[in-house]
Amino acid sequence: MTLATAINRAFDIVTRRLDGPLMVVIVVLAAISLTSVYSASGGESFDRTFGQLRNFTVAFIAMWIVANVSPQTLMRVAIPVYIVGLMLLVSVALFGEIRNGARRWLNFGFITIQPSEIMKLGMPLLLAWYFHKKEEGLGWKDYALAGLILLLPTGLVMRQPDLGTSILVFSAGFFVIFLAGLSWRILIAAGIAGMAFLPVAWTLLHDYQRERILTLVDPMKDPLGAGYHIIQSTIAIGSGGILGKGWLNGSQAQLDFIPERSTDFILAVFGEEFGLVGTLLLLVLYLIVIGRGFMIAMNASTTFSRLLAGALTMSFFTYAFVNIGMVSGILPVVGVPLPLMSYGGTAILSMCIGFGMLMSISTHKQLVSS
Amino acid sequence: MVGTAIKNREAELNIFRSRVIVATIAILIGFLILGSRLFYLQVVKRDQYHTLAEANRISVVPVVPNRGVVYDRNGEVLAANYSAFTLEVTPSKVKNLDRVLDDLATIVDIQPKDRRRFKRLLEESKNFESLPIRNRLSEAEVARFAVNRYRFPGFDIRARLFRNYPYGEVASHAIGYIGRINDGDLKKIEAANLMRNYKGTDHIGKLGIEGSYEAELHGTTGSEQVEIDAGGRAIRSLAKSEPVAGNNLRLTLDIKLQKFAEEAFGDFRGALVAMDPATGEILAFVSKPGFDPNLFVDGIDPVNWDLLNTSEDRPLTNRALQGQYPPGSTVKPFMALAALENGKRTPEFSIVDRGYWNLPGVSRPFRDWKKGGHGVVNLHKSIVVSCDTYYYGLGNDLGIDKINSFMTPFGFGRKNGIDVDGEQAGNMPSQQWKQRRFKQKWYAGDTISVSIGQGYWLATPLQLATATAILANGGTQVTPHLLKEVIDSKTGAKRSYKPPPQAQLSFKPENLQLVRQGMIDVMQPGGTAWRSAIGAGYQIAGKTGTSQVVGMKQGEIYDAREVKERFRDHALFVAYAPADNPKIALALLVENGGHGGSIAAPIAREVFDYFLLGKQPDLEKRKKRDYDLSDSD
Repeated sequence: MTLATAINRAFDIVTRRLDGPLMVVIVVLAAISLTSVYSASGGESFDRTFGQLRNFTVAFIAMWIVANVSPQTLMRVAIPVYIVGLMLLVSVALFGEIRNGARRWLNFGFITIQPSEIMKLGMPLLLAWYFHKKEEGLGWKDYALAGLILLLPTGLVMRQPDLGTSILVFSAGFFVIFLAGLSWRILIAAGIAGMAFLPVAWTLLHDYQRERILTLVDPMKDPLGAGYHIIQSTIAIGSGGILGKGWLNGSQAQLDFIPERSTDFILAVFGEEFGLVGTLLLLVLYLIVIGRGFMIAMNASTTFSRLLAGALTMSFFTYAFVNIGMVSGILPVVGVPLPLMSYGGTAILSMCIGFGMLMSISTHKQLVSS
Repeated sequence: MVGTAIKNREAELNIFRSRVIVATIAILIGFLILGSRLFYLQVVKRDQYHTLAEANRISVVPVVPNRGVVYDRNGEVLAANYSAFTLEVTPSKVKNLDRVLDDLATIVDIQPKDRRRFKRLLEESKNFESLPIRNRLSEAEVARFAVNRYRFPGFDIRARLFRNYPYGEVASHAIGYIGRINDGDLKKIEAANLMRNYKGTDHIGKLGIEGSYEAELHGTTGSEQVEIDAGGRAIRSLAKSEPVAGNNLRLTLDIKLQKFAEEAFGDFRGALVAMDPATGEILAFVSKPGFDPNLFVDGIDPVNWDLLNTSEDRPLTNRALQGQYPPGSTVKPFMALAALENGKRTPEFSIVDRGYWNLPGVSRPFRDWKKGGHGVVNLHKSIVVSCDTYYYGLGNDLGIDKINSFMTPFGFGRKNGIDVDGEQAGNMPSQQWKQRRFKQKWYAGDTISVSIGQGYWLATPLQLATATAILANGGTQVTPHLLKEVIDSKTGAKRSYKPPPQAQLSFKPENLQLVRQGMIDVMQPGGTAWRSAIGAGYQIAGKTGTSQVVGMKQGEIYDAREVKERFRDHALFVAYAPADNPKIALALLVENGGHGGSIAAPIAREVFDYFLLGKQPDLEKRKKRDYDLSDSD
């Protein structure tokens, strides 16, 4: 065996389970993320940039491993992942660590984890498995049980309180049910019931959550308090104009006017420095990811794979939509990071594990159909 | 079987595809919304946001000038600045302040006192002001806070200049203090059109020299264009116009003498004003008890404030300026001079004092302080032994209006024009005054009380000192003042205090000489304060006095032993020395001290000894000094 063939073999082993188009877009997004994180840290310190590079490295390795796991295996781990996730959520409610007034973390001494992150993937896994098993004739009881699987963790996360994550956990599960073919009549009925429940939900919200929603209606009401984030981030994005102020030249970003500028509000930094050209490019990149995700779902060979791929793709959209909506001032401020852009290990890791699942589905289908 | 399965799969796939199409449409709509929102922000509204972003970035911040330093006449620092770190908060930026403060207390030491003071500031201030929670943070505290700053939005550490009064209570009533600018101050600043100059300044002189020379001390505020971040923290300076520091002041006070005089009072309450009789320069300005002006700099906390305000000793009252007391027998030299100058008495004129005096046609007698009287008394003796009876007749012969017009040029009944605020005018009565004040005519009996410095006559210790100085200098109407000179902070040029034009009162030299000799002999054996002059080595001219606290019916006998301490008479003493070439003139009052000769005069002797000879006090003697129960005046 020559060196050339050895390298070829090795390259093949590394790449054969990766989805080419998805991989290209993800790497481009990661590169944009690194430049923005660098800019958000004032262009002076590489600490965060290296941190983000480490986050991506770890996440890509995890993605590669998951991509090499077959969908059947994914199906097998669905129940354990969900159960463990649920148990951890219950533990959080009982013994969780309180930070910033919310009980979201579990401290194991050597590592602190946020179990709601596990549920973002555990939820669609289990529901996709569930509908896969119930292939024949779905009755209302099946949907009711699916509803229970959906609402139990959602409720636990909402109670922490973590509105943003609970929306993501809920939508990930809901997308599976939607794609599985829950009839429009029930969907509409549930929608109306949900609307009716809104006033009740309003009273259940925490003061700060209500304030965030009210602030959205009129951010100027409290320019130094709750409205501050929205005002500053819209100023940043708006002042970027069409072409942007240029990398490292955003005054809003560089002068620390934007809160959470390397995490949830990184779009404000990016939008100020790269303008409409940059933000639209970002939307296009996200659309490519979504389009590719749906292609993989459509071509998937099993119900499980289809539903999982479809739901993960729609979740990805939800992340992007909620974050951009919030930073640009049309949605309330909830803690949702911008996918593949915001600084933060956990979010990038769970996002890339999701992509790993998509790639697994995309590259394992021949095996299954045979 | 297989057929239905395939069919089912087919149907399921169809449903899935249709759902994906619906989802795709929804997603495209979603991205369209986001795209239009971004287009709206970045294209339609771009200019507006661009302006906002620019405004965000550059801020003009005031640069507060250093406040002028205050020195005593010998260059000792009385009020100076030092830089320290304070922890400040803008309350409007913080939700649930109390809880955040609890949190903060785990990092920075916050005493209940600090909280009380902060609460008070909070009540008095506008919400958007930055208020200090803790002053003078230690380096460790600054470091700890810096690490945890992200947890406390709205809180910040600032380097601030603080005022320090190194002598604490000493001369507190003369120096005054600075405190946070309140609504009243703000109105004054606005009225004086000084708002621009006070941008960024949060303290202002409130009392004493700090208050009256605010315009000199404050300086001119500079400004700096800075790039700031959202937390208001300056990132870099773009342009700067330097502030001009306030001018320094040199006072006429001799702080060592001042400290000495205050100590001489011991635990007694009272006041002392000592001045250079030639110029009116105030050498010592005592009002006991005092207060620590340093307490006010940070904004006084309510507990200390209440203590100062409700104390029976009234430490915040400036007794030297605001305490209006009946001057008692200290007015006798002035009364004697008035009678001589008006030709109502000659040096030889004598009375036989049996211990009482009757107003013609009135049976009720006016009594002398000494039972049985002083025997044959002429003008000289009347001063030496402080004979009341002599002055009853003298006053009656002069009449109140002559008394009034003679005393007013000495500064009685009007403000003396000292260069700190709050001076009271006292009261020099006249017929007109009584008509105006009480809508009553003046009775001859009213004049009799006034003749011995009681009744309607009220004087401040400052007025007594000024009058004594005028007597000592031979009639030059000096204006008492605390400022010696202003030292320009930029050029170092000195500008001396300019007194208003001084009139010269003219007296017949022999009259003046006679009165002065009487005062000299007060300090000789046979005089009311002779013990205080033993072994002085220089001549003192003085006059004792007693000021009634409790109104006594004529004829009632005052027995100090039966009167509660707070109702005892005030002891008074006026004096100058050396008698032949006066270098210092003073007036002092010891509240509830009894008689002037036994309590007040020894304090004056200590002050003279120290000022003229540099002599330290005999502490043993001072300790023994107490309230004197003997009958004397």
